[in-house]
Amino acid sequence: MKQYEYMAKGVLAEHGIPIAPGRLVDSPESASQAVTELGPVALKAQVLVGGRGKAGGIRFAATPEEGAKVAGDMLGMTLKGYRVEKLYAEQKLPIENELYVSITTDRNTKKPLVMASAFGGVEIEDVANDKIVKRYVDPLVGVMPYFGREMAQSLGLRDSLFKEFSDLVVRLYQIYREKDAELVEINPLAVVSGHLVAADARLNIDDSALYRHSELSCVEEGSLLEQRVHEIGLAYVELDGDIAIMANGAGMAMATIDAIEYFGGKPANFLDAGGGASVKPTAEALGVLVSMKPKAILVNIFGGITRCDDVAKAIVQVKNTVGIPVPLVVRLVGTNEREGVELLNREGIQAYSVMADAAEQAVHMAKEAR
Amino acid sequence: MAILLTHQDRVIVQGITGNQGRFHTRQMLGYGTPVVGGVSPAKGGTEVEDIPVFDTVKEAVSAVQPTASIVFVPAPFAKDAAFEAMENGIRLIVMIPEHIPVQDSIDIVNRARALDVTVIGPNTFGIISPQEHTKMGIMPNHIYKPGPVGVVARSGTLSYEIAYSLTQSDLGQTTVIGMGGDPVVGQTFITVLEQFRRDPETRCVVMVGEIGGSAEEEAAEYLSTLGKPVVAYLAGRAAPPGKRMGHAGAIIERGKGTLDSKEQALKSHGAQVVTMPWQVAQAVREALSR
Repeated sequence: MKQYEYMAKGVLAEHGIPIAPGRLVDSPESASQAVTELGPVALKAQVLVGGRGKAGGIRFAATPEEGAKVAGDMLGMTLKGYRVEKLYAEQKLPIENELYVSITTDRNTKKPLVMASAFGGVEIEDVANDKIVKRYVDPLVGVMPYFGREMAQSLGLRDSLFKEFSDLVVRLYQIYREKDAELVEINPLAVVSGHLVAADARLNIDDSALYRHSELSCVEEGSLLEQRVHEIGLAYVELDGDIAIMANGAGMAMATIDAIEYFGGKPANFLDAGGGASVKPTAEALGVLVSMKPKAILVNIFGGITRCDDVAKAIVQVKNTVGIPVPLVVRLVGTNEREGVELLNREGIQAYSVMADAAEQAVHMAKEAR
Repeated sequence: MAILLTHQDRVIVQGITGNQGRFHTRQMLGYGTPVVGGVSPAKGGTEVEDIPVFDTVKEAVSAVQPTASIVFVPAPFAKDAAFEAMENGIRLIVMIPEHIPVQDSIDIVNRARALDVTVIGPNTFGIISPQEHTKMGIMPNHIYKPGPVGVVARSGTLSYEIAYSLTQSDLGQTTVIGMGGDPVVGQTFITVLEQFRRDPETRCVVMVGEIGGSAEEEAAEYLSTLGKPVVAYLAGRAAPPGKRMGHAGAIIERGKGTLDSKEQALKSHGAQVVTMPWQVAQAVREALSR
């Protein structure tokens, strides 16, 4: 779960990392008020997209009147598909220099990775590898002050910046661990009057660890439909085709999408019904697919923990309640396959046993329906 | 032969009295797995499927001398269970639960390295060695058969699909192993390929990968050392570009992680990459007849 910039900065501040004075505003009046209190500000759209500044999501206001006008322009605008509902008004910083620092989890080494550069800012992704200092953390040791000093030295920092940066890395690692962060990133890490200030911040929390972070605000991401399926507890991504797909397991769901395209069809979504979904969530998920009004629906199940008869029951339940008014192709093999297929046959639904045949048939039926 | 898990192992089940633990203990016994005990705090002294249940791993170790443990406890307790097994000398741990916090997995996996413990998972279907009639996992029993093919997968059901198609084509397996779907897991393609390299009965290896991360790219460089033919299927050919994790993700991957990048890397090191799961069996047959 991503956190908005203002939330991420709140966490930084709690851990003693300097941020500029700022406040959340949601109307021209509150923006005007913010400028009165803070002086000239940057008004920053609170949206969960990268490249926000380049897309027009950061503007400046020197006077209360200007603050009201700019906020009026920005609130309600759409930025890369996201509607801007809140702005973060932050005292404008006379930035002398921009650094970069982040901590993330490296999948290959299975260790936390601290990255830093003396060349931070919007172009960080184009900075040459040799200008980025990377250091892995032994999680059983953690980040001690010497680790920060060595990184500061690698960046060529001196005097107060050397000390502040060393200290900041230790604090950032505390956040990464204590908040179960997938990513904590400060870019730019600004130098203002010779001191470090976090000018922007990202904090992404591991969804699996949310149960132990009731202190964090919940941020919903994705379309309404995506949120609806996430609430059922299933993984879902919208695509732009017309064949709706349900499969069990993320790899299987991806392979099903691949198979649809292989036969010339266009998948409408990615839906992982989970490794062991029972009747209820499966039926709910299928209900969502029906509500999308696709040209065809393909259900592709290889039952392991998932039982084929449970999937069949879910299909029959949806058919007999909300109805399935579009062509439905079911592929069902694995645990309790015979019981599942019998249940479907009794309702006049044919079940395939070979994935390729089912995918090809779904594409064929979608074409007929066009 | 097989890798990592043989019939000589003695398996305990942590979380044996839960629904999943109970059900899969029965399935594992049915397949022939030497399950010698279970652990469930405050349930010691009872039995599940005639298997003795202990309060602690320590107690199980002194009573039944296990070598391996399969963990079924709920995710919030998984780190505790894994450390309990490791610190009591268990050398092979299969972590079934999904939704284990990544920070917990980091601690488990790094401690395992320090102690030279093999961790499979988390969020895995486990490991099965058909020739040995032994499995630690939740995979269906009937879709495998003994034979010369080693299978290593990132994804569960997709590996069932592929293992079953191999079995139906009369291409049996030495060992099928699921590395697990989480960002941080105990094994990499390279550690598993190294095991398959040392197993004389594994004559061909199937890699089931997917987009994201750079595990396949890293593994590609190892293939020349493997000395055995590799058939790879990669899921996500038609998937839209994945979620980016801020700048840090982009800096780490730098072009890796896409299907093209993985396919090119694997092909350039001699692997045969097929486009659809149902093409794997034919490719394996050809590789074995060469």
